[in-house]
Amino acid sequence: MERAKLDLWVGMFVVAGFAALAILAFKVGNLDSLSMSDTYVLKANFGNIGGLKASASVKSAGVVVGRVTDIKLNPESYEAQVTIKVDKHYQFPKDSLIGIMTSGLLGDQYLSLKPGVDDDMLKNGDVIKQARSAIVLEDLIGQVVASKAESAK
Amino acid sequence: MPVARTIRNLGHRTVEAVWRIGYASRFFAMILLHSGTSFRRFQLTIKEVYFTGVMSLVIILVAGLFVGVVLGLQGYETLKSYGSESSLGELVALSLVRELGPVLGALLFASRAGSAMTAEIGLMKATEQLAAMEMMSINPISRVIAPRFWSGVISMPILAAMFSVVGVFGGYLVGVVYIGVDNGSFWSQMQASVDFQHDVVNGVIKSFVFGIAVTAISLFEGYDAPPTAEGVSHATTRTVVESSLVILMLDVVLTAVMFRGV
Repeated sequence: MERAKLDLWVGMFVVAGFAALAILAFKVGNLDSLSMSDTYVLKANFGNIGGLKASASVKSAGVVVGRVTDIKLNPESYEAQVTIKVDKHYQFPKDSLIGIMTSGLLGDQYLSLKPGVDDDMLKNGDVIKQARSAIVLEDLIGQVVASKAESAK
Repeated sequence: MPVARTIRNLGHRTVEAVWRIGYASRFFAMILLHSGTSFRRFQLTIKEVYFTGVMSLVIILVAGLFVGVVLGLQGYETLKSYGSESSLGELVALSLVRELGPVLGALLFASRAGSAMTAEIGLMKATEQLAAMEMMSINPISRVIAPRFWSGVISMPILAAMFSVVGVFGGYLVGVVYIGVDNGSFWSQMQASVDFQHDVVNGVIKSFVFGIAVTAISLFEGYDAPPTAEGVSHATTRTVVESSLVILMLDVVLTAVMFRGV
């Protein structure tokens, strides 16, 4: 086979390979949503994070606006300190409410950010004061059983 | 003395096996040592990439599509009983990117390109072409073997990535177009669970390692083949069997290291 044709085929093969890798990175994987161009960092303290994992999404009204970057246990207050990264395009009032939700019955857990009414906006490094912990199924069942026992008396 | 004969037999086999491992390692070292030519005269490698990579495209793409379709059908049937059909994209993409793309891609590559390499090198040896090259003071390893080795190492990750992409498309065809899983949740659950570093990069590393293993085995078996018709045929069979076993064995080790951090 002549050289030019051979080069063309191999070139197309390599280009297609890189295209496949790009599809895996951006369409199948989450590379684009993790590397948001401009972000700011917020923190929140939860009594219980349930099954929340790093890189879980932060949603507001169902739209992904950020990602969880880090989860630590605060050794003084024994609360979970969750650090999140939010897209600069989205600004939230100071009294916004953050909670841990589950997508579907068996789905992943994510953070839901409900905007408040304050005129001041959250800035880089701020702590979201109003944080609602994850609902743990066992606690819920325990409460129901306790209240049933109470009413049976 | 039958006992002495058995022990002598065992000793002979052990010595033979150790000798072969040493010979194979030396052969591999020679390939790396004489790789200069395959990069200085890159045209040699390009020609081999055409034969090993481009010509393997059809089988890789068709197989990938079928695997994706089957994953879609089977995955849907299983997930349905938990009422989580929307995770179908996650299931298909993770199985392909982490395991099936690299492993099945490498198995197909071994039987498609690896066996051809062994037969070619073996026949070159049988017809004394390699000896003739040495007579002309051309090093057959740098001129014939090393370009084929690097072509395999280059082609394998590309083929595995294409396998995964086509497989995901196959799963999409069955899951979303044919069965009717929600398009949005198919892709969003997939993107939420497939991590670039953890899944995609590790898959590429796997296919890279498999590429090195398969081509090294194929070339060694061809180079080591007895210069007869029977010898070449045995060597080709051994290539496919050994490559397949080594791929699956390496996969166990790599998976344990990557996903369990052993």
